[in-house]
Amino acid sequence: MGMAADSEFHVLAVDDSIIDRKLIERLLKTSSYQVTTVDSGSKALEFLGLHEDDRIHQNTPSVSPNNHQWRLQEVEVNLVITDYCMPGMTGYDLLKKIKESSSLKNIPVVIMSSENVPSRISRCLEEGAEEFFLKPVRLSDLSKLRPHLLKTKSKDHCKEQVDEKPAFPSPKQEGKEEQQQSKNNKRKAMEEGVSPERTRPRPNGITSMV
Amino acid sequence: MLGLAADRLRADMNRLLAFLFHQGILDEQFLQLQQLQDESSPNFVSEVVNIYFHESEKLLRSLRSLLMDREFSDYNKMGIHLNQFMGSSSSIGANRIRNVCVAFRAASEQNNRAGCLRALELLEHEYCFLKNKLHELFQIQQQRVLAAGVRYPMQNI
Repeated sequence: MGMAADSEFHVLAVDDSIIDRKLIERLLKTSSYQVTTVDSGSKALEFLGLHEDDRIHQNTPSVSPNNHQWRLQEVEVNLVITDYCMPGMTGYDLLKKIKESSSLKNIPVVIMSSENVPSRISRCLEEGAEEFFLKPVRLSDLSKLRPHLLKTKSKDHCKEQVDEKPAFPSPKQEGKEEQQQSKNNKRKAMEEGVSPERTRPRPNGITSMV
Repeated sequence: MLGLAADRLRADMNRLLAFLFHQGILDEQFLQLQQLQDESSPNFVSEVVNIYFHESEKLLRSLRSLLMDREFSDYNKMGIHLNQFMGSSSSIGANRIRNVCVAFRAASEQNNRAGCLRALELLEHEYCFLKNKLHELFQIQQQRVLAAGVRYPMQNI
């Protein structure tokens, strides 16, 4: 599949309300993002590949497409947007876990809340949230996401130049070989030969995502 | 003649929407929903609203059964249901319902059972009213689609 400039970013949306999930999904798709929605913080962490002991399962061989789609290594998340008030793990708890994880901490996190509580807002921002949106979230709010996403791309590019594995992927800029490195994202599961289309650049330099 | 039917339906729809906004039954968020509907998601509004109806009826039943229980004391649980109802109402632009939820929550925080019962009755009434009006709106919209189709019978074979 070719690289579509439109769906270059993948957002993980977390909300226990089915209506709000449907809304945020539509808002994000309208803004040309790829979207995955989950209904809890713990499912979000599972999706991000973070387990109880805070280790990403590395060197896991590539699984067959039929098997737990969301565990495939090429699933990359560029931003997490989460509701604050959720039963069990709150959005704040999720934010903390992401920021405390060495592998996930660079993923921008945005908090949504129906309540305008200044202390809550500052607590989230202090913990590392990029934005705090009041519900109901509007299309105009989502335009604030792009700078955070673009920032992570340029950060990623710098890291490559010091020959360090990026914390998260940057799928842009077709034809550049170093971008191929970034495809082997933090999950680091792609050994040479396991999945040729991901580890070896195509002859014409265009990367492709399965 | 067919053109007149389509025009009249559009006028009906606008009149109904104007009424709902003017009365504060719906607010700007409902317009946001409409803006999110397009060719790629042509039934978005009715899909969301139908989910809202389904969720709301569950919540209303839970609230009623909580309050009908003579032994009732779990205002905390009621607060959780109310927050959900408030959130989803706010998300679809059901402004009046959301406001009743706010008053309901205040009564609940004061452990005011009588106040809660009154608020619940008002909530049920407002919900019924909104549901009827939105069904009316969707019906008009469906008729508009049909009217537009009838105008070009050859294309509809």
